[in-house]
Amino acid sequence: MQPIVLALAGNPNAGKTTLFNALTGARQHVGNYPGVTVERKEGEYRGNGFSAVIVDLPGTYSLTAYSEEEVVARDFLALEKPAAVINIVDAANLERNLYLTCQLLELKLPIVVALNMMDVARDRGMTIDVDKLATLLGVPVVPIIARSGQGLDRLMQTVKKVVEQPAAASDPDKIRISYGDDIDRILLDMTSRIREQGLLADKYPPRWVALKVIENDETLLGEIEERAPELAAELKSEADRVNDHLVKTYDTYSEAVIADHRYGFIKGILKRGVITHRYDENRLYTSDRIDKVLTNRFAGPVIMLGVLYTIYYVTFSLSALPVSWVESFFNGLSGLLNSSLPDGALKSLLISGIINGVGGVLGFIPLIMLMFFCIAIIEDSGYLARVSFMMDRIFRIFGLHGSSVMAYIVSGGIAGGCAVPGVMATRTLRSPKERMATLLTVPFMNCGAKLPILALLIGAFFADHRSLYMFGFTLLSWVIALVAAKILRLTVLRGAPTPFVMELPPYRFPTFKGLAIHTWERTWQYIKKAGTVILAISILLWAMMTYPGLPPDQAARFDRERNRIVEQYRGEKKELQLKMLESRREAAALRASAAGRLGVALEKVTWLCGFKWRTNIALIGGFAAKEVVVSTLGTAYSMGQVDTGDPVSLSRRLARDPDWNPLVALSTLLFMVFYAPCFVTVVCIARESGSWKWAFFSIAYSTTIAFLLALMVYQGGRLLGF
Amino acid sequence: MTKKISLRRMKKNQKGVIVAVKVAGDLGRRIRDMGLVTGTEIIIQGRAPLNDPVALRIRGNTLTLRNNEADYIEVEVDEE
Ligand SMILES: Nc1nc2c(ncn2[C@@H]2O[C@H](COP(=O)(O)OP(=O)(O)OP(=O)(O)O)[C@@H](O)[C@H]2O)c(=O)[nH]1
Repeated sequence: MQPIVLALAGNPNAGKTTLFNALTGARQHVGNYPGVTVERKEGEYRGNGFSAVIVDLPGTYSLTAYSEEEVVARDFLALEKPAAVINIVDAANLERNLYLTCQLLELKLPIVVALNMMDVARDRGMTIDVDKLATLLGVPVVPIIARSGQGLDRLMQTVKKVVEQPAAASDPDKIRISYGDDIDRILLDMTSRIREQGLLADKYPPRWVALKVIENDETLLGEIEERAPELAAELKSEADRVNDHLVKTYDTYSEAVIADHRYGFIKGILKRGVITHRYDENRLYTSDRIDKVLTNRFAGPVIMLGVLYTIYYVTFSLSALPVSWVESFFNGLSGLLNSSLPDGALKSLLISGIINGVGGVLGFIPLIMLMFFCIAIIEDSGYLARVSFMMDRIFRIFGLHGSSVMAYIVSGGIAGGCAVPGVMATRTLRSPKERMATLLTVPFMNCGAKLPILALLIGAFFADHRSLYMFGFTLLSWVIALVAAKILRLTVLRGAPTPFVMELPPYRFPTFKGLAIHTWERTWQYIKKAGTVILAISILLWAMMTYPGLPPDQAARFDRERNRIVEQYRGEKKELQLKMLESRREAAALRASAAGRLGVALEKVTWLCGFKWRTNIALIGGFAAKEVVVSTLGTAYSMGQVDTGDPVSLSRRLARDPDWNPLVALSTLLFMVFYAPCFVTVVCIARESGSWKWAFFSIAYSTTIAFLLALMVYQGGRLLGF
Repeated sequence: MTKKISLRRMKKNQKGVIVAVKVAGDLGRRIRDMGLVTGTEIIIQGRAPLNDPVALRIRGNTLTLRNNEADYIEVEVDEE
């Protein structure tokens, strides 16, 4: 038997997630709608004598084709024909929430209205006549408080009734909104023509199709054109005629007239005694008093910086301990394998390829969990909307959105962040182009893994101005990231800014359950989606740095040398000589590996920026993780394994090397800071943007920018005689 | 006496009634979807620290929009 499918629809912030969690508990499944990045959440409900699959539709204000979310919601309702739609409605914001309800009614779906936030409405002095509302809408209405679970049983009993007897329980035919004479007339005419031809009859009711044509809904018009090009042209010209008429006589558009009438219909219902206010409707509530401080011209930005800094601090400092546990666990494991396995390819694969890869994936988990926890707090409490409100003016200059700021800060806007959680933080952005531009440019920030490189080269060449250079690079990363975003918004992501019109929801205390579910869900997705790919790439990179290895004649030479040392020296001196030989051997093997050969080949291009092959190899290694740059440089300069915490000797070695000078160091630094993000970030970009195309684009885009910067500085410096 | 001005020019705490939303397409749709339609009463609640966007109260709830979006909304206000 096919399971009963129910859809959960409603405005953002109406409490949809809370209701969904309350109804389905832990029996949830999160996926994606095919082709888009919108999440598809499904859960199983069991109780009150029946079981059903509940699909949580994305929160939308309307069913126009304004956003991906709306298209997804609409397609779901039209194609999968749920047995009933639970429409969650915020009782404290009834008028706007019923706007979506009207559109659901026009789709002629079996609806049950879940009137949520009854406690909030009561506290605001509102009384709602639920029965009257149900009669006037022609569908059942059940008051609930999703947060405490009140009314849920009644809600589901009502849903059950609707599923079992759709005709008796709800009557979506009862209402027919009038859109004024001009529109009603052609609506009638178009509806009958659409019905005759059976246009899209399998998906939508004819009147709804006609309405959408008049509203000039491009998505639907495209669909009609595919199926019946002639009819499409006719309908379109008719719709245009009415629109022209409205423009000429009333200076308005069809779309506007339709929206006005829909709201008029709702107002008509509410006026008939459905809602009574005990206080002035626009009285200030506690939430507004908090806003007086939190969005105050002077106090607001200061507090916001404090909050953002706290998130940053909590994410990175509290995660330090668990991250170090994960690291020491994997180090211990490596150590164990190192001593128990014979030397050879298998051991190297296990330690350098697999354990490093798995450790790399798991090492990020404490960080990601804490960040999502902090984000969930500011998101669920309503503060995030205030952050966008305050930051929007600045970020808009660069074609971004006020809420982009979070992602940049987490990625390293304060030096020492990490682009992986940064990329994932862009989820809170609802504007697609702005989100993509943010996603592609957050890796420019100074993440924690870039700091050892900065410390190494600045220490070697600019030791006198250490803090100035460090600060300068943090500042520079902001400038480059924002300018790069602007360039994207003027080229590949060109387009008008997504309208900012948004809600400042009242402040609410987040519930622990809500926070926990949010955090876990997002973290699990990281593990599941990114984990496997990251492991595969990490093995690939290991192979590149290891194979094909030393050619036989060179290997033989190192063996002979070794034998000579063993014969000639004794005691400590022997150990020292062997160690030096081993370092040289590692350096030679690295040069002979695929990555090494690539590094040598790349010298033909990179000499323009002043990089030699050793730097190139380190840069290739840096694609695995930026920390690796320092240790790879160490190997390439036959310094043996360099501990990233103690790069002093390598630093001295570079300072003396004829290949290096302050200008080369500066150009190298610029390149290292801005070139391709590490592959963990790249994988996350692919996941978050929904396509590998963007991931590859990100690699190419940032490497190009880094190359141009390094080139300019190096060649410019040479011209100036440095 | 009343007069018509654009929403951008309204002052903090000023009341008004929307008389027209003169923009089509995505922006117009979004503005209307959020409840800013003809005949709606609004009060300016305040502005962001950099004077843009603007926050307004509509039926006991708060909406924000950018100044260049507010330009399209014509409001009837009391003459001082
Ligand atoms: N007082 C009260 N608060 C509620 C109720 N239902 C939900 N909330 C709170 O409202 C806030 C928003 O709820 P969510 O469930 O996240 O809302 P949503 O509709 O999923 O919003 P988006 O995730 O933005 O789409 C949370 O802080 C909830 O705890 C309720 O009945 N009463």
